[in-house]
Amino acid sequence: MARNRKILRRFSWVVMASLLLTGCSTQIPVLQPQGPVAQQEFGLIEWSFFLMLFVAIVVFILFGVFIYRYRNTPNNKAPYEPDMEGSRKLEFIWTLIPVIIVLLIAVPTVRTTYALQAPPKTAKTDPLVIDVTSAAWKWIFQYPKSGLETVNYLVIPANEPVQFNLTSVGPMNTFWIPSLGGMEFNMPNVTLGLWLQADHPGIYLGRSANFSGVGFEHMSFTVKALSIPQFNTWVSAVKKTAPALSNAENNQILYTHGLSPKLTFSSYPSTKTTGTAGMSGM
Amino acid sequence: MSMFPHNYLIYGADVSIVGATALIIFVLTYFKKWKWLWDNWITTVDHKRIGIMYILAAFAMFFRGGTDGLLMRTQLALPNLHFLSAQHYDEIFTTHGTIMILFMAMPMLIGLINVAVPLQIGARDVAFPYLNAISFWTFFFGAMLFNISFVFGGSPDAGWTSYAPLSELQFDPGPGENYYLLGLQLAGIGTIATGVNFLVTILKMRAPGMTLMKMPQFTWATLITSIIIIFAFPVLTVALALLTIDRLMGAHFFTIAAGGMPMMWVNLFWIWGHPEVYIVILPAFGILSDVISTFSGKKIFGYSAMVVSLATIAALSFTVWVHHFFTMGAGAAVNSFFGVSTMLIAIPTGVKIFNWLFTMYRGRIRFTTPMLWALAFIPTFVVGGMTGVMLAVAPADYQYHNSYFLVSHFHYVLIGGTVFGAFAGIYYWWPKMFGHKLNERLGRWHVGTFVLFFNMTFFPMYIVGLMGMTRRMYTYPAGLGWTALNLIETIGAFGQGASMMIMAVNIVRSIKFGERDVTGDIWDGRTLEWSTTSPAAEYNFSVLPHVTSVDEWWEEKKRGVVRPDHATFKPIHMPNNSGWPFLIGLSFFVAGFGLVFNWWLSAIVGALGIITFLFLRSFDYNTDHYIPVDEVKRVEAAAGR
Ligand SMILES: [Cu+2]
Repeated sequence: MARNRKILRRFSWVVMASLLLTGCSTQIPVLQPQGPVAQQEFGLIEWSFFLMLFVAIVVFILFGVFIYRYRNTPNNKAPYEPDMEGSRKLEFIWTLIPVIIVLLIAVPTVRTTYALQAPPKTAKTDPLVIDVTSAAWKWIFQYPKSGLETVNYLVIPANEPVQFNLTSVGPMNTFWIPSLGGMEFNMPNVTLGLWLQADHPGIYLGRSANFSGVGFEHMSFTVKALSIPQFNTWVSAVKKTAPALSNAENNQILYTHGLSPKLTFSSYPSTKTTGTAGMSGM
Repeated sequence: MSMFPHNYLIYGADVSIVGATALIIFVLTYFKKWKWLWDNWITTVDHKRIGIMYILAAFAMFFRGGTDGLLMRTQLALPNLHFLSAQHYDEIFTTHGTIMILFMAMPMLIGLINVAVPLQIGARDVAFPYLNAISFWTFFFGAMLFNISFVFGGSPDAGWTSYAPLSELQFDPGPGENYYLLGLQLAGIGTIATGVNFLVTILKMRAPGMTLMKMPQFTWATLITSIIIIFAFPVLTVALALLTIDRLMGAHFFTIAAGGMPMMWVNLFWIWGHPEVYIVILPAFGILSDVISTFSGKKIFGYSAMVVSLATIAALSFTVWVHHFFTMGAGAAVNSFFGVSTMLIAIPTGVKIFNWLFTMYRGRIRFTTPMLWALAFIPTFVVGGMTGVMLAVAPADYQYHNSYFLVSHFHYVLIGGTVFGAFAGIYYWWPKMFGHKLNERLGRWHVGTFVLFFNMTFFPMYIVGLMGMTRRMYTYPAGLGWTALNLIETIGAFGQGASMMIMAVNIVRSIKFGERDVTGDIWDGRTLEWSTTSPAAEYNFSVLPHVTSVDEWWEEKKRGVVRPDHATFKPIHMPNNSGWPFLIGLSFFVAGFGLVFNWWLSAIVGALGIITFLFLRSFDYNTDHYIPVDEVKRVEAAAGR
């Protein structure tokens, strides 16, 4: 038994050490928020984690003490009360404490849930809107104000909330940029809204978190956040240099299963790409 | 899609299936065991034997699902591997999830329920023994139908949740998804019948004097679980039927085309799916209560609070299903409601954890293998439960949803809860099932290595999830910081596989060398199953016990046991064995297999078979018999009583 325990301990050190090593050298985007939405979500993650850690520590300590103190050895002097029934007082305490902890988590949860549904306070009356359509297995980003379209990459202005309208053609996906905030579903025939903001210019990674068939793991996209002047320059450059998207190519992108390289278009056909149109056409 | 998918791994599996089947047929024929198999097992209506068959089938499925898991972990060990193709990987994670939940966890627990509950309530049988056999055979043939998918036609590949529209014909042609729908449908029929059976058994068959508040904790957990089954499973039946109609008959319940709603599948699936996780955890809770109380040499701490919290968890389990899709645009009010209702489950669960801890307080803890599993359960389940509360925080869930954080959470609760609980039960009731103990030293090695490698596999998943890795990715690029953690997870997974080999060795060795249970009470137990012989006779109790307290057997031992006097024996009324349940299950299989491939002839033959066998059974008047007093005396004397 003693030998087993020594081996176990040695193993757990190896595991711990390797965890710590990987933790120090890499990016954990959910824990390193780059915008106000991800920041608020991270706040809740931290708060709920520390409350739960507190409960876990209490349980672990009681657990350790009890199994050591009340082990069945011949010379154990600890009291033995085989007919102990329970204790209303103790049970009341350990019902009440979880109630308080749940309240401590529930109140900020509800508050943030409502806060994240509404547009951020800093949003302008005329925010940048990006229509996002997932199709198997591509991401299509349309900028209605400037009329341009990108496929499999996204460019946004930094320091400004962006309103995303999410829908899908065919199977469901989720639109997730962990550095900027949590995900929301792309569903056929439905448009869901999501506000995100990047605090600084930079490059972030986005992907679909919802399985949609064999090509789904390749549904990742880069998000480039540019300062506002740089963003405007990018828009006018696209308008000038990129080709227009023809009807035929639009249908090809939307309705053909398969991956696609990054594409840029200076305009796209005006037919609304809703899930309904896509589904009934097939 | 071709009938025989081409892939070397699948060829290997095909060959081993054919080989194993041939070997079984050869052994049975060579040792002339066919009649023995038919008389003693296939046609049995004895709840203990049915329980053992459930557990055996569950172990076979554990092996299949575990192999799927190892293949997945091999594929993910390093970035950009091509050990499996994307299609093959998709099929494997689908079958891994489906098999582990529906064909491993549930039957493992239903098996233990079958073995122990009638004995715990001092009954001679379940309420409907013939129906119990039908339940087993529909489950068994459902599992077989699901499993032959990778040999004939291809496995389902839309995930165990099978969200429409991905699971619809348009995006998922071929028979794979049909296997999922029909295999689950078949097994589900059996599960509903089991729920009804045990609800009635516990309410109507308890020994005289056993009031509801004198029932053992495992019996209570089974009663509450039966109620959840009766309310939840019909929803699954309807959902599966609707999708089957969509796929086989061109309807549009879940497609947009003719006004169907994919969201309806998501809702129906989780209205069943969330209670389902309590169907597989509450019986485990019951086992742990009995095991902890037995090996602490104490009454369960706060009996009535334990019962109330079981009932509260069951009620809440129906009010939380939307937490599986906070990110589907339900709105702030809905997300708030379902977030908070989910957190509330932590309260009765917390009460149970503290009551278990205080059951050990001022006790005398014996570190037997079942107790070690129960002890391993407590911290593991706490980690799983705590991260469950974190997931209930709706806005935070936007970051966890479908990531490996979630994958880790549900493995902590399903393995740390259900599997550890089931192993505690298997080591605990093994002597009651087979008349001998499993080896304790090998048992300790099994617990120790399994717990270690389990944490090594699943703890890094929390971190890799926060790093942005999502479930169901068949491969991932290098340079995201995921590689080392994935490699550790894979090593852990193979460690768990090796640990299960220790259990296999233990089982085989213990048949020959295991300590025999001659008293029927090898653990110094507290509840009635330990008052009878190990293994229990066909009729369970020669004379039905009279119950005056919780932990009846413990109290009787304190008062000084008096074995039932042979003079008080009476003839015992028992049901006859029957071959119909097996044939009905087989007919369901034939019908289901036909529907998978749209072979309507086979579907009709199967359906006719079901109707014919039900019809013939209704004219079968030779359904029960009396065991004469002499026979009871002989059996009891042979057991030394
Ligand atoms: Cu749930």
